Amino acid sequence: MRQYEVTFVVDPVLSGDEIKTAAKSYEDLLKNEGCSIVATDDLGLKTLAYPINRRNSGIYFTHEFTTETGAVVPKLELAMKRDERIMRFLTIKLDKYGVKYNDDKRNGRIGKKEAHVSKLAKDNEKLVIKDDLTRLEGIGPKIAQLLVTAGVNSYEKVSQADSDQLKDILAKGGSAYLSHDPGTWPEQAKLAAAKDWTKLDALQNKLRGGKVVGEEE
Amino acid sequence: MASRDEIKFLSNPNLGSQRKKYCRFKKFGIRHIDYKDPDFLVQFLNAQGKLLPRRITGNSLKYQKKVAVAIKRARHLAILPYVTDLLK
Repeated sequence: MRQYEVTFVVDPVLSGDEIKTAAKSYEDLLKNEGCSIVATDDLGLKTLAYPINRRNSGIYFTHEFTTETGAVVPKLELAMKRDERIMRFLTIKLDKYGVKYNDDKRNGRIGKKEAHVSKLAKDNEKLVIKDDLTRLEGIGPKIAQLLVTAGVNSYEKVSQADSDQLKDILAKGGSAYLSHDPGTWPEQAKLAAAKDWTKLDALQNKLRGGKVVGEEE
Repeated sequence: MASRDEIKFLSNPNLGSQRKKYCRFKKFGIRHIDYKDPDFLVQFLNAQGKLLPRRITGNSLKYQKKVAVAIKRARHLAILPYVTDLLK
């Protein structure tokens, strides 16, 4: 049993469906030849290190397959050579370390991928809205969205953040948010986190648009 | 007599006392070099995209050959350039 890996670059000018069909057609070709597909990987659109056929980017795909003999490889390569959609391809035979490496990579045991996976998980966790931040005076739906994407997704987190941090988040959202003053948000959030709604209401009555009302007003 | 802390050297006195080079593949047990990972391979290239010699990277002969093959594969797939400038 030999394990091979074929990486190829598909022309980016094709539509999304055509690109998928191109990748799928080689998967089918391999299956028809009696190979078992171990994994297919869509590496996505990447900038080429040098232009090929006047294209500056390409979509990379990798198919990993096992076969009893190597007889399928010349057939596969001939098909790819004739295919105008494919800009480059490379078939390599994997040794036992290569097989193990790819296996580990898929299971997230290789450092970089692991960091990537955990980052994705973290991002997903961040995007969950835990509390209705708009309950706090001064925070509207748009700012709430901004805070949640920045990882501040609960009353507790707002209360822990200091106003400088919140200001930074607002500044990143654009100049439209610069006029908002997050000074009182942590205080409000503290009450909200403690579910002390009466005190929060009392506090909000004193505020105007989430800002402390000055003495002269 | 001034102690060593008080002496102001014109150049860094630690210059020249190089740390011993080692083969990172042997040291960290890396057995397979992925040709699809340009960020890793770029460590073995100079700013023109040429392979760095073993005497600089410290690779053992076995792994220097594997690095060379991986880089050549990456170049074929346009993951790394054949010739360039300011790669790093």
